[in-house]
Amino acid sequence: MVGAVFAQLDRSLKLALPVVSTVLAALLSVVPLPIPEYSMLAPNVVLICAFYWIVHRPDLFPAWGAFLVGLLDDALSGAPLGLNALVLLLVHYAIVVQHKFFRGKAFWLIWASFALIAAGAAIVTAIVAYAAAHLSVPLGLFATQLALTVAIYPAIGAVLGRVQRIFLTAG
Amino acid sequence: MARPGTTLKLTAPLKVLLQRMAFTGLIGASVGLLVLGKAEAPVVERARMAVVDAVAPMLDAIGKPIDTAARMIDTARHYADVHEENRRLREENLRLLHWQQVARNLEAENRAMRDMQRVATEPGLTFVTARVIADAGGAFVRSVLIAAGTRDGIAKGQPALVPDGLVGRVGETGERAARVLLLTDLNSHVPVQIEGTRDRAIIDGDNSDMPKLTFLSSGARPQLGDRIVTSGDGGVFPPGLPVGIVVQTGEHGVRVRPFVDFHRLEAIRIVDYGLAGTLPVSAPPPQPRRGR
Repeated sequence: MVGAVFAQLDRSLKLALPVVSTVLAALLSVVPLPIPEYSMLAPNVVLICAFYWIVHRPDLFPAWGAFLVGLLDDALSGAPLGLNALVLLLVHYAIVVQHKFFRGKAFWLIWASFALIAAGAAIVTAIVAYAAAHLSVPLGLFATQLALTVAIYPAIGAVLGRVQRIFLTAG
Repeated sequence: MARPGTTLKLTAPLKVLLQRMAFTGLIGASVGLLVLGKAEAPVVERARMAVVDAVAPMLDAIGKPIDTAARMIDTARHYADVHEENRRLREENLRLLHWQQVARNLEAENRAMRDMQRVATEPGLTFVTARVIADAGGAFVRSVLIAAGTRDGIAKGQPALVPDGLVGRVGETGERAARVLLLTDLNSHVPVQIEGTRDRAIIDGDNSDMPKLTFLSSGARPQLGDRIVTSGDGGVFPPGLPVGIVVQTGEHGVRVRPFVDFHRLEAIRIVDYGLAGTLPVSAPPPQPRRGR
């Protein structure tokens, strides 16, 4: 009986892993690091995590997960509330619509798709931020951040891949 | 469960429909929040700080080991040049002892003059020192979150300081966390003056590292290296807090490098000078006087 309860708990925790790990990424990304300019150029790890999980386990990263993570990101970063929530929802939609395309594709293709989606997300972010709050984005900074985000994708993807293999292959 | 295939077939279209509805609803919610935020509805600010409040303890816990590691690296680096540092401090000490003498003389003189003029002394000030738990320097906002909120007596608009100078002011408050808007943020406008000439100006953040000096009083000619301090106009900041140094003059405007290194903020002091200021401060209105 107790065993069954624990087995169920274990299963639930594993199924929550994609959303929970992305929430954790959102928290970690704002922890102050004593590196000059870090906070301004920091790669968008939340986007990386969300993209990875929506591509590989869309069943475990539903639209409300994207919404919640986006809201948390907005609240922490001080961006207009709803901005990242909207962007992540659109990212979610874009991936889910093209889900067949992603199935079983080579890594570099997924990486290239990530670059495209990240660029699209950056453009939508800039437009919505301007429309909703008249915030104009320093373009150079934004481009650098985008490049860093795309560059770091393989590293974080590898970590998440390992997490997925360890915890989610059986489930 | 007995025939998963059939169940799946029957519920699949329904599930897709539900998912679509949920998706549309969530998009609507995001857009709604953005619209409310644009209208500066207080509910949005409250929602934001409620989220921050909920995760503040987690952020605090995550940040502590990183803080400790950074401090250890710093200590190790200081050991390397301890002799040089010692020499420098000795020299500085000599210089400061001289200044101490000057300050004592001035203090005595000041006191004597105050006595003569019966100037009211400044009200006692209280302060709270809080750790920085999140550095949210995204592309849009220059702000940090600190691990102290209304329950520690922090209120909107209070100035935030470190020993080097002015950091900014409290922009949003939660119960146990608050957001400090940095001097460099787009929404930061602080009344200042040039220390030597007492020319008034406003220092405006524009999300760059070096905020602009605007509304300079006519005839003011700021020079490179001039010290900028708060002027106390508007009643949000008390006068004389060190802000920064003029590093650019000329056609492209006057720019100031703040004294504070915003990338290395660890603890911030929030000071209550008892100034209500022109900002909406969430303090209750003064009670009507009783009697007489």
